[in-house]
Amino acid sequence: MIGSLAVILGCQLLGEVTARGLGLPVPGPVIGMAAMVAVLWLRDRFSPPVLAGVEPAGRFLLAHLSLLFVPAGVGVVGNLDVLAAEWLALAAALVLSTVVTLVVSVVTFRVVARAIGQP
Amino acid sequence: MRGGTGVMKGDFALWVYLTQGPLLWLTVTLVAYALADWLSLRAGRHPLANPVLISVALVGALLVASGTDYATYFDGAQFIHFLLGPATVALALPLWEHRALVVRSALPMLAALVAGSVVAAGSAVAVVWAFGVPEGVLVAIAPKSVTAGVAMSITEAQGGDPALTAVLVILTGMIGALVVTPLMNGLGIRDYRARGFAVGLASHGIGTARAFQVDPVAGTFAGIAIGLNAVMTALIVPGLLSVLR
Repeated sequence: MIGSLAVILGCQLLGEVTARGLGLPVPGPVIGMAAMVAVLWLRDRFSPPVLAGVEPAGRFLLAHLSLLFVPAGVGVVGNLDVLAAEWLALAAALVLSTVVTLVVSVVTFRVVARAIGQP
Repeated sequence: MRGGTGVMKGDFALWVYLTQGPLLWLTVTLVAYALADWLSLRAGRHPLANPVLISVALVGALLVASGTDYATYFDGAQFIHFLLGPATVALALPLWEHRALVVRSALPMLAALVAGSVVAAGSAVAVVWAFGVPEGVLVAIAPKSVTAGVAMSITEAQGGDPALTAVLVILTGMIGALVVTPLMNGLGIRDYRARGFAVGLASHGIGTARAFQVDPVAGTFAGIAIGLNAVMTALIVPGLLSVLR
């Protein structure tokens, strides 16, 4: 567990250093995700004993992903006044745009998938 | 700290002690989530019984009732908030597990990314523009589908208010998590790659958390969409806003 957490934090650290160092518009943890993929490739390719138990911490975090958004969500409750002046426009935009985005994305995905012969 | 001086005695001294450390609000957050997750499970993971929404309502009500400000709460909750970064790294696990399917889906994902990204930013900006809101609000809502950290830096670079963006991002996440399941079922979409990718693109990590509740493949594709849409939106928002200025 501790070893796998250290690997995850190491990947994130590498990602943050890369993103900030090169001024990339990608979040550090996303580059960290790519680094973690490389770690998993190394594990499967060479099976070094040190990478044998690299999964538990990540599995644990993903199983409770909802929990991790609670502190930010509570922040919204205390800051709803920033919406006050334009609340109707903002509520309409968020609901409409989210629904339209979901529909456009899923339909585009399916149309292209079918076009290349994936049922 | 606990015994208190002549002024701070008994219950009040205990309260002061608790509010000065992270213990109280960290515990409250975990208990609220445990309760919310139990309710969600009891409700058969019904979309309306969203554990994020229930936990936020419980904790928010407690903060208001106890007159606690957000900064005090966050002193405790920051330990949980910090784990968002490591959790993003951990998305590599399902991604690696399903890599064959992911590679096979590259083309549909790319098409959905371009269309979805433009519509996510464009439609939100178009609606608030039709209401005649000030320019600052146009800027703040453009990256609302992107993961919070990146969305705030996009807004900041365009001269908008990142605090407003943060609130809009979280609300977008919750809306997406609430509507995705009934919407996709209504459309008759049974391809969990497509369903997951759409919800990750439209409503980032909160939508992804919902996707993992429904199906592991949906969660995997939602996680990929978070990263891709962050890059895509950062690239298109400056152009989109320059059209309206």
